[in-house]
Amino acid sequence: MPLSLSARPVRRLVTPALLVLAATGASACRRNQPVPPAPTPTPVAGADADALRRAREAALADSLARARAADSVARAASAGDAAAATAAAEARRVLTTPVYFAFDASELSDETRALLDAKLAVLQRYPQVALRIAGHTDARGAAEYNLALGLRRASAVRKYLADRGIALSRLAVVSFGAERPAASGEGEDAWAQNRRDEFEIVAGDAALGGAR
Amino acid sequence: MTLVSILRRTTRRCLAAGAGALLALGGAVGAQERPGVRVGLLYGERDAKPGILVLPVAGAGGDSVRAILARDLDFGDRVAVLPASATLGAPAAGAALNYALAARLGARGVVQATLRGAQLEVVLHDVAQRKVVDRTAYPLPAPANGAAWRRALHVASDALEEVITGTKGIAATRVAFVHEGRIWAIDSDGANAAPVAGTRAVSPAWSPAGDALAYAELEAAGSSIRVADLRGGSRVVVPPQGLNVSPAWAPDGRGIAYAHGMDLGTDLWLAPAGGGRGVRIALGRGSDNTSPTFSPDGQRIAFTSGRAGKPDVYIADADGTNVDALAALSRDGADYRASPDWSPDGRAIAFQARLDGRFQVMVATLRDRAVTQLTREGVNEDPSWAPDARHVVVASTRSGQRQLWVVDTESGRARQLTRLAGARLPAWSPRLPR
Repeated sequence: MPLSLSARPVRRLVTPALLVLAATGASACRRNQPVPPAPTPTPVAGADADALRRAREAALADSLARARAADSVARAASAGDAAAATAAAEARRVLTTPVYFAFDASELSDETRALLDAKLAVLQRYPQVALRIAGHTDARGAAEYNLALGLRRASAVRKYLADRGIALSRLAVVSFGAERPAASGEGEDAWAQNRRDEFEIVAGDAALGGAR
Repeated sequence: MTLVSILRRTTRRCLAAGAGALLALGGAVGAQERPGVRVGLLYGERDAKPGILVLPVAGAGGDSVRAILARDLDFGDRVAVLPASATLGAPAAGAALNYALAARLGARGVVQATLRGAQLEVVLHDVAQRKVVDRTAYPLPAPANGAAWRRALHVASDALEEVITGTKGIAATRVAFVHEGRIWAIDSDGANAAPVAGTRAVSPAWSPAGDALAYAELEAAGSSIRVADLRGGSRVVVPPQGLNVSPAWAPDGRGIAYAHGMDLGTDLWLAPAGGGRGVRIALGRGSDNTSPTFSPDGQRIAFTSGRAGKPDVYIADADGTNVDALAALSRDGADYRASPDWSPDGRAIAFQARLDGRFQVMVATLRDRAVTQLTREGVNEDPSWAPDARHVVVASTRSGQRQLWVVDTESGRARQLTRLAGARLPAWSPRLPR
């Protein structure tokens, strides 16, 4: 028997009728699945030709099924990875989201407290993580006094987190005053974006998992 | 007009302080700085500037010599430099100056400079006396128009101004400032601008000897106080732990005051200039205190503080005691005062005050705490006094972009010093070593 085209046992051969059903099914969901290419007709006569055709069709159906199975396993695996990566990215996003201040002030607004509470949860879950808090100001004050104001803003956030149980050793502070604006230009839009604390993960980043 | 006199132009500030005492002091200082020269040329009227004519200078580079001397004298704001005259040239060798013509042109003094090889001879004629009252030779280091060559001319200008007015000029000084994160320095006439130190630097401060610049470097994990020796090399005076900014040299050169911040506010500290452990000199009790400046005798400091809420300028003894608001009773309407600089004569403090939302530079006289607004055009910040205690350099937006400008506190006259957009945080040098 010239069945060398297929190494599969004969019991896995399927009838032409099933193939038609399968083709119909494939056609019905063609939006989601690629339609397999039609078998190339080969000029072979008699029962051998039929057997060859059936074998080919069986092999094709088998490989399609295997491909579908492998694909679904891969999908399940990547869905798990994606979930982990998403969680890590979300943790980083929460930790590094800047907080903003009113003019010449270092008081924490309700919105800022909510953002800090979210950071607090991540810091509590990952005790290896340490942050550097960088205070910034807008350009309107005196340059040297702004450096002290920036430090005051960073220290206000540090105190909020430390008061809720985060070790001071995990919270470094630094000030850049008005020297590193996030937004250029004059006007309240730019100024509001520049009156901020920025956060940098300086230790324990790997504990968050995923790839940066 | 007769001979010489110790009379010289007095200032509003001086008048308030007692003109007689100041004039005697000025004469004594002049005599001390320049032995053998006791006095300045007579002023016809107390407030009139003496007219000075700078004669054309023959030879290669002569035009530059004349232009630099004339401009230096003009920038000093103490004499009226007369336009070059086609009818009065340098006298031929052995011939006398045409004093009658000089007098008709309005000159009370005539500057005659002569290039003699690698030397410049500078002669000052007193027109009324019809004679030479000063003759000095200066070495001119090659090449012509190089930094050292120009500096030699500035030294000559400053000496001329002292003979003419009794007050030494400020042409042979420099201004340090911040541009694009680096510390730069520029000659007082705007020449030779070049970066000196730093990569993310702010707040340059000259050593009293004029041979080094302290500044703050903003590093990723904190800021440090560093000193750049202008003959080469630099050192860290205060390491980058916490906030360390706004250095100011004590007048004895041994200590550097600076603002140091950790958790509970920012206080003033004093560290040995050579490096080492600092000590706290002002108790802010949790408030923010920055930008110290010493009185010339080193006994007092002025600084910015937020201790009463809004930032304001305070004065204290150098050990931080006896703190007093500088302009508490001022009616300037300012809601923010900062960045003080104590004048080299000890009589005044310049600072910036926010009036109607814009910073302007103000001058407070210490005898009566009277505050005068010095600038009105654009936003003006970070004043620093010249060693003549008369001119200040400020960062100003009056031209549409931030540049450094020199303002005469007597006349209000202003001139643009830099051509570098964004230049700021200027610090005028003391008298520089030869």
